[in-house]
Amino acid sequence: MHIGVLALQGDFHAHLTQLQRLGASCGEVRSRVQLARADALVIPGGESTTLWRLLEVLELEQPLRAWLAEGKPVFGTCAGAILLAREILGPDRAGLGVLDISVRRNAYGRQIDSFLAPAESTAPGFEGLECLFIRAPVFERVGPRVEVLAEVGGRPVWVREGRAMAATFHPELTHDLRVHRAFLELASGSTSSCGSSAPSATVTPYASSSAPSASLARSVSVGGR
Amino acid sequence: MKDWLRDGPVDLRTKIGLAEMLKGGVIMDVTTADQAKIAEDAGAVAVMALERVPADIRKEGGVARMADLRIVRTIQESVSIPVMAKCRIGHFVEAEVLQALGVDFVDESEVLTPADDQYHVDKHAFRVPFVCGCRNLGEALRRVGEGAAMMRTKGEAGSGNIVEAVRHLRTLTSEMRRLTTLRDDELMTTAKDLGAPYELVKDVAKRGKLPVPNFAAGGIATPADAALCMRLGAETVFVGSGIFKSENPARLAAAIVKATARFEDPDILVEVSMDLGRAMAGIEMSKLAPSERLQERGW
Repeated sequence: MHIGVLALQGDFHAHLTQLQRLGASCGEVRSRVQLARADALVIPGGESTTLWRLLEVLELEQPLRAWLAEGKPVFGTCAGAILLAREILGPDRAGLGVLDISVRRNAYGRQIDSFLAPAESTAPGFEGLECLFIRAPVFERVGPRVEVLAEVGGRPVWVREGRAMAATFHPELTHDLRVHRAFLELASGSTSSCGSSAPSATVTPYASSSAPSASLARSVSVGGR
Repeated sequence: MKDWLRDGPVDLRTKIGLAEMLKGGVIMDVTTADQAKIAEDAGAVAVMALERVPADIRKEGGVARMADLRIVRTIQESVSIPVMAKCRIGHFVEAEVLQALGVDFVDESEVLTPADDQYHVDKHAFRVPFVCGCRNLGEALRRVGEGAAMMRTKGEAGSGNIVEAVRHLRTLTSEMRRLTTLRDDELMTTAKDLGAPYELVKDVAKRGKLPVPNFAAGGIATPADAALCMRLGAETVFVGSGIFKSENPARLAAAIVKATARFEDPDILVEVSMDLGRAMAGIEMSKLAPSERLQERGW
């Protein structure tokens, strides 16, 4: 399985570093040919307005939509998460619609409001996940079929729907490889798409000390280190 | 080996993190909200809010200071991409003002008239990230030692001439390559010769690159200039006077964005370089007296 990382703009090198550390076959995607070669795709952090513009002028937006329509695995962080959303707020526009979420850009403020925080509640196996937020967006609405895999400040920061995953933080900018490993497992089909078949799911409590949200309860299938 | 982005103090990680987000993009100098919108629509990853572009600073002379804050605020309100602003070298109060205004990056810049002829700002003391200019490895590592989260070549701002940016990029990369060939017991004397912190010299000797992202600036006027800087190892480009001193700014801005993203593909460069109108008029370096060279500022 070959993982493509969209390499038009942003921190795509950091994603490639994580995937290489996990021993995955991975490479940059700058062209339609490279996109066609990818079995799964990572859309990195960067500036979402720039990424939209580049997808358009490099005539990659329609090929990407067609590629995504095949239901292939995709993972977006920060700007990548914005692109994958159904609805984008501030300024408002439609996203690629792979995930049934509404995402607000720069929701925490300006750069001086960027921060690092541990996830307060996570799917089992992701306890203590370090979340680095850079001018980060917020998932304001999460659709009924979207699973929340981690929360910070009572807000979902990592979600999944089918074979699509998105995070408002940057797991590529830490030493923690668990999120990328979860994506590789999702992409290779080693986890079920909905509900849970993992035996540990029924006995593993949530990492949160507060009450887990209903969607966290459905998220266990991506767990495991 | 220590990785500043992943192991550094929290503040430094968020600062370098933003620089990571800007990679592969184009940062454009703008002086009005309208220009900022043109830049954003063309795909700029960030804008540098200024009162005058470097070419005009050069022409008009006088003391160049931090921009009128109303201009910066208006530009902040007009775009959703990061907004940067310049403070004078060593002017930590201008930097504090820009931080309080909520700019996303401060450029402690040789384009403005230095406020201190010996010392730069202690950038560790700020929550806002800083970018600084450099001409060589020693200068780059002194600025990183002071807390800069991003480096850029100085080039020669406002000249429309790429030669100085090329010289600085080549100097920087060849000095870094040389460090990787040295024995451990040669690094202290090398640090002394470079005038750079020993710990950072060791870091570069191991990794062969700066601990922070390395961008290019100073004299970029065409899509091919931008692609040249990327080919020489820059991770993003700043375009100052080049865009809004050209005949068709919106078109040139979009062309440079595309050229920077696909810098390795000459076919794309052919497509974007066609029919751009007149580029800004440039200045030949020998026509600039040493006192007019902005790159000499900084210590």
